[in-house]
Amino acid sequence: MYRAGGGAESQEDAGETNAGRPGAALGALGALSALSAVPPAALAFGFATCLPAVMAGDVIRLSYGWVPSLGIDLAFLIDGLSLTFALLISGIGAIVALYSSAYLAGHPQLGRLYFYLTLFMVAMLGLVLADNLITLFVFWELTTVASYLLIGFDHTSAAARRSALQALLLTGAGGLALLAGLILLGTVAGSFEISEIVERGDVVRGNDLYLPVLVLVLLGAFTKSAQFPFHFWLPNAMAAPAPVSAYLHSATMVKAGIYLLARLHPALSGTDAWIWTLTVAGAVTAVVASVLALRQTDLKLALAYTTVMALGTLTMFLGAEATVAVAAAVTFLIVHSLYKAALFLVVGIVDHATGTRDADRLRGLARAMPITAAAAAAAALSMAGFPPFLGFIGKELKYEGALAIASEPLFVAGAAVAANVLMVAVAGVVALRPFHGPRSSTPKAPHEAPVRMWLGPVLLAGLGLTFGLAPSLIADSLVQPAVTAVLGRPAAVSLSLWHGINLPLLLSGLTFGLGIAVYATHRPLRQTLVRLESYLPMSGDRAWDGVLAGVKRLAAAQTRALQSGLLRRDLFIVFAALTLAVGATLLATGAVPAVPRWPDLLVTEWAIIALIVAGTVMTAVTPSRLAAICALGAVGTGIALVFVKFGAPDVAITQMLVETLVVVLMAVVMLRLPGLDRDRATPARLKDAVLAVAVGAVVAATLLAVLQAPVDRSVTAYFETTSVAEAFGRNIVNVILVDFRALDTFGEIAVVAAAALAVYALLRAATPKRAR
Amino acid sequence: MNSLILNAATRVLVALMLLFSVYMLLRGHNDPGGGFIGGLIAAIGFALYTIAHGTDATRRALRTDPRAIAMVGLGIATVAGIWSALAGEPAFTGQWWFVGGGDGDGGDGGDGGDKGVPLGSVLLFDIGVYLVVVGAVLTLVLTFEDGA
Repeated sequence: MYRAGGGAESQEDAGETNAGRPGAALGALGALSALSAVPPAALAFGFATCLPAVMAGDVIRLSYGWVPSLGIDLAFLIDGLSLTFALLISGIGAIVALYSSAYLAGHPQLGRLYFYLTLFMVAMLGLVLADNLITLFVFWELTTVASYLLIGFDHTSAAARRSALQALLLTGAGGLALLAGLILLGTVAGSFEISEIVERGDVVRGNDLYLPVLVLVLLGAFTKSAQFPFHFWLPNAMAAPAPVSAYLHSATMVKAGIYLLARLHPALSGTDAWIWTLTVAGAVTAVVASVLALRQTDLKLALAYTTVMALGTLTMFLGAEATVAVAAAVTFLIVHSLYKAALFLVVGIVDHATGTRDADRLRGLARAMPITAAAAAAAALSMAGFPPFLGFIGKELKYEGALAIASEPLFVAGAAVAANVLMVAVAGVVALRPFHGPRSSTPKAPHEAPVRMWLGPVLLAGLGLTFGLAPSLIADSLVQPAVTAVLGRPAAVSLSLWHGINLPLLLSGLTFGLGIAVYATHRPLRQTLVRLESYLPMSGDRAWDGVLAGVKRLAAAQTRALQSGLLRRDLFIVFAALTLAVGATLLATGAVPAVPRWPDLLVTEWAIIALIVAGTVMTAVTPSRLAAICALGAVGTGIALVFVKFGAPDVAITQMLVETLVVVLMAVVMLRLPGLDRDRATPARLKDAVLAVAVGAVVAATLLAVLQAPVDRSVTAYFETTSVAEAFGRNIVNVILVDFRALDTFGEIAVVAAAALAVYALLRAATPKRAR
Repeated sequence: MNSLILNAATRVLVALMLLFSVYMLLRGHNDPGGGFIGGLIAAIGFALYTIAHGTDATRRALRTDPRAIAMVGLGIATVAGIWSALAGEPAFTGQWWFVGGGDGDGGDGGDGGDKGVPLGSVLLFDIGVYLVVVGAVLTLVLTFEDGA
């Protein structure tokens, strides 16, 4: 349904009975759940108290030892960049929590939603505050898991489950690449502390491993932040409830990749590879996504594509070195978070109140829901970049930044203008058109939302206006410190509505003109886009399905080949793999042992050899299972005797006892099986025999090779001197087992106990209960 | 298995084997033996008993489910491990007491030398190993005998 666009009906009507009615009394539960907005609000307030210090150029750092031996600390850092993100995450988190209490009022799994949201918020905060690569990565993965749970919140819907899995697998795969990239980066820079790495940018860029680091880190960032060609998961992720989408698309998740690019900017940027990859990927993403946004009729889906456009724009500007380009990125980040969260919440209200999100069916809602309409209008004007909203300042900065980029100003400016023209049109389609014009009929009669739902959009849109009128509120407190952090050097930033008549202003005028023209003709344009799309041979979403199906086919094929379920064939494969792997290693490393001189043997030793050989032959030829088991026991006993002869009594005793038990257990099991089919086809038996001899030869060769290598006796000497002195035991074998290497032994007995339980469970499951 | 000789002999043999298994467990620190070997001997004793008298008789003789024995053993080994952690040392470091020492004659109080007979968390750990082996092997034996 997400590709079809038209006629996308709401699936999120779970809470309508309670919260949808105007003036519906806040139930006790509803009021209680609204309290869940308090913790994030308190966090936001706490972060706000850090503002003066950060404004003064200070950096607040907290560190706790975690795995000190690996250089991994639980280190957190508050500077301009992380504070900007932290304020957005906790502030929008509070609004989303409040909104959810009404939007999903009465939903049986509201508690679960709050748990996921809180987990998500904590993970995101950890990510942006982390000052250690590994800490950052752990929180990065946590956001992946939390977003999976949130996108799949409506778990009865197959589409939601598919989208959740898609987001998980795609961002999880990117996360793997990122882990490799971060470890390489830490190794190259000689530290896992981000605050140290960003000061060693020249070391990192000069290293031979720079390119692998860059590619791996970018893979992680681009999958997370939905850059083309990994963009398709993000629009699908709008299967989540509206407040979750608002959170996911504005302040969290998708911004994680952008944050990473910004955070590592001082360490990785400035090379041709960085500039061109980010600029081109960002520009293509921005333009493709804004075209796709115009094509949608589902309001929520259109908004989702504009998020992709915003992420592309941010990536494009982070590719640059110029101060004003980075200032444009930071300002646009704030602009986008404010209007995008507001608009998603508004679309949620509209959906909730009317029962549809179809742009073609929604007109003239302003009379019924004036507050929502006002908030939507303010947010949309900021999105379109009209003065005096913050969006205008952001857009002016973008044009100024694009023109300031030395290498490819025309390309960047062209992409920025094209994307912004489409943004103007989409803002009109999403947030103005549904509220104005003649009333259209909707599945439900529209009505104003309860205060808990409209408060958030009004606040966010109001902030967009306030910051636009008084840009100094954020210029020195957030933007300037953040730009300083991204660039790794002090930067002067000024934000103002009026720059005088210059090229950016002219471009703005051009943008408005073209944007309004596109808006006026958006319906025929959309038809054209839909027709064009049908000619496309492939989409990312369909390619994804193909890849998944391919992986499943591969898994099924190799399982059929390797795990037939026939014990005989399974064992054959295991032993053949062992022989090939060990044999090939022996040959490849040249460790093939020399044939030893035949030693002079005592009669007793000859007797032991005779016992082992006789047992082996007997096992191979006897037609009786019982005889085969006993003969095998004789072989084991012979080996135990070898241990006795050569002074390893502990091993000998253990071998003897285990041999006894094996014979008993095997006898119990095997005697219930049918007789051995010794008349099985000869070629099969020949194959088994060849394999058996090969296994024996490879194991024997390995043992000989080990024995012919010089023995390092330092460990033995250590145990000989410390066994009695420190562990008060003369039996070194046992002292090692229970004292020196007790942790190993503990692991082993845990495995023994688990194996026994597994056998118990398997056999109990396989056989019906018997009366005792 | 219905054999008079086996039935009669087992009663004596099993008692001896269990006693011997405890002996092997306790001597393990200085001579061949230890929890693993002791546990195997005890398990073989019970396996013999099972062959002679059947699984129900063994369960009665054990008085408790062998799975519980294994789990208790694992618990005891865990306690022995975190003991030293509580004492502020890395987990599984041996903790020692010396019984009956300190008379200053450089005497024969075991390998603590003059200090006395060493008793320690490693013995507790070894007892845990013993119980895990007994419980796990008997779980296998009884499940096989019952189910196969």
